[in-house]
Amino acid sequence: MSQENNTPDFVGRSGIRSAREQSIKWLLFGCAALSVAVTTAIVATLLFDAIDFFLEVSPMAFFFGTTWSPTIDQAFGVVPLVAGTLFVTVLSACIAIPVGVASATYLSEYASRKTRSIIKPALEILAGIPTVVYGYFALVYLTPALEWLGLPLSTFNALSASIMIGIMIIPMVSSLSEDAMSAVPDSLRQAGYGMGATKLEVSTGVVIPAAASGIFSSFILALSRAIGETMIVVVAAGMRPRLVPSPFESLEVMTAAMVQLVTTDIAGGSTAYRAMFAIGITLFAITFAMNLASTFVASRYREEYQ
Amino acid sequence: MSNENMTTPDPNTESGSRVESQTSPRPGSEVVDSDELNRPKTSETVVSSRDLDVFYGDTQALQGIDIEIPKKQVTAMIGPSGCGKSTFLRCINRMNDLIDSCRIEGELKFEAKNVYDSDVDPVALRRRIGMVFQSPNPFPKTIYENVAYGLKIQGKTENMDQKVEDALKSAALWDEVKDRLDESGLDLSGGQQQRLCIARAIAVDPEVILMDEPASALDPVATSQVEDLISDLAEEYTVVIVTHNMQQAARISDKTAVFLTGGELVEFDDTQKVFENPESQRVEDYITGKFG
Repeated sequence: MSQENNTPDFVGRSGIRSAREQSIKWLLFGCAALSVAVTTAIVATLLFDAIDFFLEVSPMAFFFGTTWSPTIDQAFGVVPLVAGTLFVTVLSACIAIPVGVASATYLSEYASRKTRSIIKPALEILAGIPTVVYGYFALVYLTPALEWLGLPLSTFNALSASIMIGIMIIPMVSSLSEDAMSAVPDSLRQAGYGMGATKLEVSTGVVIPAAASGIFSSFILALSRAIGETMIVVVAAGMRPRLVPSPFESLEVMTAAMVQLVTTDIAGGSTAYRAMFAIGITLFAITFAMNLASTFVASRYREEYQ
Repeated sequence: MSNENMTTPDPNTESGSRVESQTSPRPGSEVVDSDELNRPKTSETVVSSRDLDVFYGDTQALQGIDIEIPKKQVTAMIGPSGCGKSTFLRCINRMNDLIDSCRIEGELKFEAKNVYDSDVDPVALRRRIGMVFQSPNPFPKTIYENVAYGLKIQGKTENMDQKVEDALKSAALWDEVKDRLDESGLDLSGGQQQRLCIARAIAVDPEVILMDEPASALDPVATSQVEDLISDLAEEYTVVIVTHNMQQAARISDKTAVFLTGGELVEFDDTQKVFENPESQRVEDYITGKFG
């Protein structure tokens, strides 16, 4: 057909095509930009209300105050909340890190392909359970079970909430660590076995050190998840701010304090209302710093293999 | 199986003639007399196989291999790709155990014990038969830690600094790395990495060192350094080397085994004999480059 007017059939349509390519490009850019815009807007909102808060309450009183009682005493010391958050985070890390690394080691080094194809998705289902379910489970089953074991627990306590958060973030640790360990080249395992190392010696002495940066970033990501976790602690750990937390008693973490402020009858625009944003921005700063640290560690300690 | 006799020098070996033999042109030039070229033929056998068959699933990789590998000599295994030479090498220290589909029949003896007997511990076996791989694979640890690895897992931690130094010296690497033992092994050049892997293997003083195309990933200069090193190693160790490179086999080995497609060991004899006057027409065709 194109021979009739001597125009080859690859001529003349580039205008339409490039217009279409351009519009698709902008559409895709719009989607990518949306999340950046939303993040910026959220941070800005947090920041503006937090600034208003700090005009009413001095940052000194907020960051170093040791009493949190926003509605009754107008005391806005965030230290007990930070202490509670760190306490729960550390306790849950004690569960999630050993179990997560051990299951990653099993999946990457020991499990047969078939076993892995069953266990890995099962572990990842753990990550899909709504956290309120974990919280409920901690309150209704885990706390009574631990009491039955003889631990002097109050109904709301840090221990069961921390154990539950630990369990919740195990898949994060194990899945990311397993990726890092599977990426270790097989030639290194061969070298280890060739030296007469046992499977355990190869796993712990060769593979885990070689995957250390990936494993470490999995810790940080999982821990920032634990820091931000809300429902489990609200349901199972209670809302009682404590400067010195105990695993057996209730405590209040930063996220739970925010929930409490939302659900209490406070006037919009009051200091207590704005305190919510001050906590929010503090929380954001902590998790942001952890993500930065994770990126730094991952790039600094990454080993290059050929 | 005592460890004492492995460090005693072989009374049959005169190291003087050995040094000469490394520097003089090796097989290919007929002027070299056999006394200078070959290590004593009376040397005892350290690894032997009888009727060894190896299968990967349903595919047979090796057929009825009979071989007797002499102690403290360099035995080269050559042959076209897929002929099973690496498979044979990996049978000796049971590295093939790591491959699920691999099945082995027949007998493979190391020091009069069939390594496939049910009471043999492959981990203990591999501590006495070291291995160097095709591409250098140092651990992402320091140079020192790389060499000390085998000593540590075997609990031989006394005099470790000295042992590490000795191993690096034996691997002709000491002078290049003595001031930076705490740097990562991955920072070394390819040739240095391979010599580091050799140092790692000999640090634990094995009887046999298996080398699976140890120079194939190296440039010509590094290759010749590794070749020189292999000749030196045969004074203390039995070396079994798989190579693609026939000139390399001719340069560094005392005995040569030729595997041909289908997993047969077609010829096994003194290197000079194999290269100059092979028994089999197929081996001659392979060596002269008619195929393979």
